[in-house]
Amino acid sequence: MSEGEHQFPHHADTGPGEQPLEPSEGGARSYLIGLGLAILLTIASFFFAGSDAIWGPAIPIALIVLAIAQMGVHLVFFLHITTAPDHTNNVMALAFGVLIVFLVIGGSVWIMSHLNANMMPTAAMMQMR
Amino acid sequence: MSVTSTPFVDPHRLGHVAGVPPTWVISGRGEGGPAPKRIVVGYGFWIFLLSDIVMFSALFATYSVLMDATAGGPTGEQLFNLRHVALETGCLLASSFTCGLASLALNEKNLPRYLLAMTVTCLLGGAFLALEVTEFADFVARGAGPTRSAFLSAFFTLVGCHGMHVTLGLLWALTIMAQVVAKGFRADIARRFLCFSLFWHALDIIWVGLFTVVYLLGAGA
Repeated sequence: MSEGEHQFPHHADTGPGEQPLEPSEGGARSYLIGLGLAILLTIASFFFAGSDAIWGPAIPIALIVLAIAQMGVHLVFFLHITTAPDHTNNVMALAFGVLIVFLVIGGSVWIMSHLNANMMPTAAMMQMR
Repeated sequence: MSVTSTPFVDPHRLGHVAGVPPTWVISGRGEGGPAPKRIVVGYGFWIFLLSDIVMFSALFATYSVLMDATAGGPTGEQLFNLRHVALETGCLLASSFTCGLASLALNEKNLPRYLLAMTVTCLLGGAFLALEVTEFADFVARGAGPTRSAFLSAFFTLVGCHGMHVTLGLLWALTIMAQVVAKGFRADIARRFLCFSLFWHALDIIWVGLFTVVYLLGAGA
């Protein structure tokens, strides 16, 4: 290689196979914040699941919102998915993954609940035999 | 040298570092050359993890559809012990945290702290698995095995698949510990550890969905 290789800033790109750069992540503070938030959200989930602190039919929605919030906490503080340009491709892949997950789960639940609602009751089906 | 007068830096390019003067545009490697290997490896493994999560979403969909198909057998409300599940959740969350501490120790090339953090990670992961196996054995002993109803088949498939991932993760953790001891904090070993930590944190994310959808929605509301 030419000597010009050495004048590149240290934190710029290096070719494959060269010593990787130390990741400059949030350090222990990031993990501690993540752990604290995750514990809070988990306790909230378990508390609301069996309590009458909120209106009964709203409990599933509250639990799902808490779970999505905790997944976000894990993504940001543990997996370090950020808006930094380094992560653009990771975020795009994540967005696609989330789309597929919502299509698969939401679509299945939606279709199957309609099918179940349109099914003949089991007793009526037995009489037809 | 006409290239240097109009440097074009794509801010969305893989491996771009904000605020870096684009001196390396003239490197002749095209838009600054390939991204660092650590970024590329992390991206590739992230794609794998997302495909794994998509597979889990199919199992989640199956479980949600079959949740009420108990065939006269025991329901989730009768089976699930939320205190047990809370303990499992605590183990997995704590092991995710100590895995993060291990990656910090790896960055500082601090071997004793790395080994300590990884040992605690493995112990907590093992405790999680032991709790899960106890739960499964208890269900089977109470006549609620995977063959009892569609609900229980879906339950054992979903939760068992996550448990299998944790088992493989534990084996991987022990392997990567041995590799660091035998080969030191080499760059390629550090990248393997990066993949392992991504895997371990992703398992915790799946567990969050699992304890919410399966246990809390099944037992409480």
